[in-house]
Amino acid sequence: MNQRVVGTSVPRREGAAKVAGQAKYVDDLVFPDMLFGATVRSKIPRGKILGVQFPEDIPWNDFIIVTAMDIPGKNVVSLILDDQPCLAADFVNHPEEPILLLAHHDRYLLASAVSAISIQYEPLPSIHSIEESESQEQVIWGTDNIFKTYTVNKGNLEDVWKEAAWIVEGEYTTGAQEQLYIENNGVIAQYQEPEGCTVWGSMQCPFYVQKALMTLLGLPEDKVRVVQTETGGAFGGKEEYPSMIAGHAALLARKANKPVKIVYDRMEDMAATTKRHPSRTRHRTAVSKEGKLLGGEIEFVIDGGAYATLSSVVLSRGTIHAAGPYLWPNIRIHAKAVATNTPPHGAFRGFGAPQSIFALECHMDHIARTIGISPDEFRRRNLLRQGDTTSTQQEIREPIDMQHLLDRALKHSDYQRKINRFALHNRQSSKKKGIGMAAFMHGAGFTGSGERYLNSLVGLESTKEGDIRILVSSTEFGQGTNTILCQIAAEEFGLEYDDVQIAPIDTAIVPNSGPTVASRTAMIVGKLIQSASLELRQKLINTGLLEAEYDRRKLRDACKTYIERFGELKSYSRYEAPPNIFWDDINYCGEAYPAFGWAIYVAEVTVDTTTYSVTVDDFVALQEVGKVLHPVLAAGQIEGGVAQGIGFALYEKVLWSKGRMLNSQMTNYIIPTSQDIPPIRVYFEEIPSPHGPYGAKGIGELPMDGPAPAIVNAIINATGQEVRSIPLLPEDILVSLVRHQPTDAMESCA
Amino acid sequence: MKRTVNLTLNGISHQVTVHPMGRLLDVLRHEFGLTGTKEGCGEGECGSCSVLLDGELVNSCLIPIAQVEGSRVITIEGLAAKALHPIQNAFLQCGGAQCGICTPGMIVATANLLGHTASPTLEQIREGLNGNLCRCTGYTRIFDAIRSAAQSMTDRDREELTVLMEKKP
Repeated sequence: MNQRVVGTSVPRREGAAKVAGQAKYVDDLVFPDMLFGATVRSKIPRGKILGVQFPEDIPWNDFIIVTAMDIPGKNVVSLILDDQPCLAADFVNHPEEPILLLAHHDRYLLASAVSAISIQYEPLPSIHSIEESESQEQVIWGTDNIFKTYTVNKGNLEDVWKEAAWIVEGEYTTGAQEQLYIENNGVIAQYQEPEGCTVWGSMQCPFYVQKALMTLLGLPEDKVRVVQTETGGAFGGKEEYPSMIAGHAALLARKANKPVKIVYDRMEDMAATTKRHPSRTRHRTAVSKEGKLLGGEIEFVIDGGAYATLSSVVLSRGTIHAAGPYLWPNIRIHAKAVATNTPPHGAFRGFGAPQSIFALECHMDHIARTIGISPDEFRRRNLLRQGDTTSTQQEIREPIDMQHLLDRALKHSDYQRKINRFALHNRQSSKKKGIGMAAFMHGAGFTGSGERYLNSLVGLESTKEGDIRILVSSTEFGQGTNTILCQIAAEEFGLEYDDVQIAPIDTAIVPNSGPTVASRTAMIVGKLIQSASLELRQKLINTGLLEAEYDRRKLRDACKTYIERFGELKSYSRYEAPPNIFWDDINYCGEAYPAFGWAIYVAEVTVDTTTYSVTVDDFVALQEVGKVLHPVLAAGQIEGGVAQGIGFALYEKVLWSKGRMLNSQMTNYIIPTSQDIPPIRVYFEEIPSPHGPYGAKGIGELPMDGPAPAIVNAIINATGQEVRSIPLLPEDILVSLVRHQPTDAMESCA
Repeated sequence: MKRTVNLTLNGISHQVTVHPMGRLLDVLRHEFGLTGTKEGCGEGECGSCSVLLDGELVNSCLIPIAQVEGSRVITIEGLAAKALHPIQNAFLQCGGAQCGICTPGMIVATANLLGHTASPTLEQIREGLNGNLCRCTGYTRIFDAIRSAAQSMTDRDREELTVLMEKKP
C-alpha cells in the first residue's frame, strides 16, 4: 500500500527553528536571579578523602557550597545497581569524581573558586586496564572487580576442534571513544517548597532523570518534574550522565533556593563524562575444509570504569552481537564487564556491538586469509539465512537475504575489480590502496525481555483546533524523532504532516514511552502511535461523530466537536510483547530482538607509507532496515554513523594517564572534519517488518557497527600487514608497518 | 574595568559597556540575547560560534570585544530578517541540520563561502567548512545543502551576501 506522508522527506519538524538560530538549548535559557553551578572533582584515581581546605582570600559566604552531607535522600545516581555516589563523601574511585558543588551568580568568579579549593587525600593503588582488573591484585569493586558476566552456549564445542581443518585464533582491541556531541552536558534546576524540583536540560531520557532525582532528593514522583530542552547531539552520551548533573544542580538549587544552571565546558565534559567502553575480544574458531564455521569460542571483555552504571546492558548487547550475522552450529561466548579506576564508561551509539563486531569482522578476514579464501567468499559460505538460528538460538523469521545484500554491495563498490587493480597498483606505489568489508546486523529495541519491563505508554490527544498532538517521552536530539512520529500519526489519521504536533517533553505532561535509546523509537514507539490512533478514532466513531470512512476535514471537525462536548480527547496505548517473542534471561538464549537491521559495508582506503596517514576514499553502506520512513533523515543517520565509525577507526584516541583523560580538547582529540569524509554511498533494501509501523525497523545504531572493521580490513588489504587494534592513528600505522618489516625481508630472502 | 565598545550588529549601531577582554561570543549571547551563536569548544576548533566580523569569518569565542570597536558583526540572526534565507532553507530541505547546534555556525560559514564563490566545487565546499565541526551528519547533506543553496540563490540574494562580505574600509 502506498503512503502519502510516510516514506516522504518532509521538513524536519523543529528544523526551521534550528536553521534560524532560534531553537533554545539549555545554555540559551536565563532564569531570573539564576546562579551558576560548578563541580569540584577528584584529582586522584583512588583514595580516601581526608579533608577539604577553603583558602581565606575568597569570600566563601557569597557561595552556595554543597557536599554529600546536604543530600536529603540517598547519595546515589540511581540507575541499575545504585553503586555510584552523586558526590563522593569520603572515598574516590576515579579521577574527576565529583566531591563538592559550588554556586555563585558570577560565573567567572566561580571558576577561580573551584581551582582554589584543595582536597587532601590518602592515595590508594589504582588499576587502569582490563588486565590489571582481571589480576585482582587490587579489588576496587565488589569481591572480584567484575560488574557482570554472561555466557551464551549453542551446540557443543567438544568435537569441533578435532573435526576442524583449521583452528584460527585472534585477539582484537578497541579504545575508548568520546561521543563529542557539540552541545556539552547542561541543566538548570529549580527547587521550591512545596512544589518540589524542576529540571530543564539536554538529555535523552527524562524519566531516568526523574527517577534519579526522586531517589537523591527523597521526593515522590509528583514533586520531580523534568523538561528536555533542545538537545545538541547525544549519541548515548546523554543517556545516563544527565541524571548526575541534574542531581548536582538540584542540590545546589535546593540549598540556594534559587535556580542554578550547570553547563560544562568542553574540557570538563570530555574529562568527566562517559565514553565508549574500551574492549578486548579473543576468538578461537574451528573451520571445516569447505570453509564453513564449525564452532567458535569468543571471550568478550569491556572496561566499565569505576562504577557499574550501564555496563551490564552494554555488555549484553555486545555479547549478543559478538557472533554476527553468521551461522554458527556451535558457539560459546563468555563476556564480562570489569572495573577500573577510570570515569565510568557508558552508552555510545551501538552500545557494545561496535566493539564485538569489530573483533568478529576483523577475525573473519583473518580466517579467510589463513585458509586461503577471499573475504567475500568466506562470508558468503557462512552468512545466516532465513530459518537459521543466531548464537542465542533465535530463529531468523525475517525474509532476509544476506547473499543478495553481499552481491549488491560488491557490485556497488566494484569490489572484485578494485581488489585486482589495487594489487597491481600497490607494487609500484608508496600509496597503498585497499578495499575491505564488514557484514553485520544490529538488533532494534531493548535486548531480550527489556521491552516487557519498560512497558512503554504512548498517548495521543486532539487540540481544540482539531490538530493531533503526540504525547511521548521520546526525545529529539538530531536523529529525527519529532519528524518521523508526526509522519506516522499523520499517515495513520489521514491528516497532513502539519496537522500533527508533538507535545513538549515534560514529565508533567507526557507518559513514559521509555528511554530514547537502543534504536527503539521508530519501531516500538512508532508502532504504539499507530495503535493509539486506532483507539482515538474508535472513540470518535463510538460517539457517532465520525464515520468509518472520513476525510481530513471531517476528522478535524469531529475532534473539535468531541472536545466541545466532552472536554478532552485522549487515547493511550501500552506496549504488548509480540506472542512469539521469548527471552530466557538465565540461559541467555531466545529472541534477543524483535527485529534486526542487516548490512554490508565496503570501505576503500589509501595508506600513505611515507606519512603513515590513512584516507578513506570511498564508502558503500548498504542496509536492510525495513520500511524507510523518511529517506533524507534515514540516509543522514547512516552518513553520520559512518563518519563516527571512521573516527572510531582512524582519528579518535583517548590518551589516559592513571584514569585521567589527557587530551580533553577538540584540539587534540580529533573527530572527522569536512575534509576527512569520503563519498558515502547509502543504499537501502526495504523488507517491511511486522514489528514496526509501516514495516520500519531501527536504524540509529546500525551504521556505527560496520565502518571500523571494513576500514581495518581495507588497511590490511592495502599493506598486507596485520592490525588488530583501533584507533589507528599514523603513529599506530607506523608501528604496525615497522614491526613487520624484518619479517617481510626474511620472507623475500627465502 | 569595563569599557564602552561601539559596534554595528546585524545592521544596527550599538554601544555596549563590558570588560574589554570579554569574548565577542559572550557579549552576543549575554548582552544582546543573540543565542543563535553557540559555544561548542571555547578554543576556536568547532566553529559553532562563527560570525562575520567586517566580512571575515571568525570564531567569536576567540575575539576579545575590544577588537570589535567600530566593526560590523553579522550573526545567524542577521542573515535573514523575516523569512528564511535561501541558505537556511536549503539546510532545512536537504537534511543539513540534525541536532542543530553546529547549524548556525555552518550557515554563517556557508554565507561566507557563497559570498566569495558563487558556485563552489565539492573541494571548495569541503575547504570552506573545514573550520566547522559537525558530529551528526557526516557532512554529506551539508554539502548537498550548500550546492542546493548556490543554485537557488537569486542575483539579489547574491548582492546582499556581497554586502555582508564587505571588508572594513
